[in-house]
Amino acid sequence: MAVNLDYIGRTFPAAEPYEVSRVKIAEFADAIGDPSPLYRDRDAARAAGHRDVIAPPTFGIVISMANSGQALADPGLGLNYAMVVHGEQRFTYARPITAGDVLIATSTISGIRTAGRNVLVSTTTDIQTVSGEHVCTAHSTLAERG
Amino acid sequence: MKLTYADVVAGTEIAAVSYPVSRLSLIKYAGASGDFNVIHWNERIARSVGLPNVIAHGMFTMAQAGRFVTDWAGDAATVLEFGVRFSATVVVPDDDAGATIEVSGVVEEKLDENRVVLALTARSDGTKVLTRARAVVRLP
Repeated sequence: MAVNLDYIGRTFPAAEPYEVSRVKIAEFADAIGDPSPLYRDRDAARAAGHRDVIAPPTFGIVISMANSGQALADPGLGLNYAMVVHGEQRFTYARPITAGDVLIATSTISGIRTAGRNVLVSTTTDIQTVSGEHVCTAHSTLAERG
Repeated sequence: MKLTYADVVAGTEIAAVSYPVSRLSLIKYAGASGDFNVIHWNERIARSVGLPNVIAHGMFTMAQAGRFVTDWAGDAATVLEFGVRFSATVVVPDDDAGATIEVSGVVEEKLDENRVVLALTARSDGTKVLTRARAVVRLP
């Protein structure tokens, strides 16, 4: 396979913190077609007990992909992106991502293996605040179709 | 009325909901998520790499399953774990109808600490597009 096994275990820290804005959360909620006021209206979010507008459960992908994307785009890894489809995705959450969060994502290539003609690349991305509060972990497996 | 842990009975089925997906959905999702993989917007390249047509982002499909969970549970903050395997592509033709993702679920198990496991099913065009789709939520 053309994918470089030397990349297993390699860690890619975030270049800079990701600042979560209400506008970005609302844009993401619009894009997935979810009209919930918790994703747009600060008063509604506060009435539900949140500090500010919260993000839908899959919003973490915006932050994890921004980071793991750079790992996966590393030419040394040898992944052909047009041949890539998403295989698996899993999130664990300590709390919802909330507007105003300043987050640091750190991605690790946790595995590279073959399955039939496909090559599966797994990444784990830890998302925490700049003050070290764990918020979310994202596990992704991408498949390069063979 | 807020759903509570006491309200929930293991084995209860949650009625299916259909979510539409059009080419415009995918363009908006690409922009909002930052995933500009060409197979989600360029039919020429999608076909050239062996796909039947443009396909939806897996994460768009997962987001619809997420919507199903948060609409049932009442708040995204209830979600502790959420995972899926993408078992088939959602093909999105360039017509006015687009495609549909139908999500249904069942309360698989009640755990301690007010946690509830939902098993989810997502279909498009008669094919299961997610497998091993599960969410763990903590209800009040």
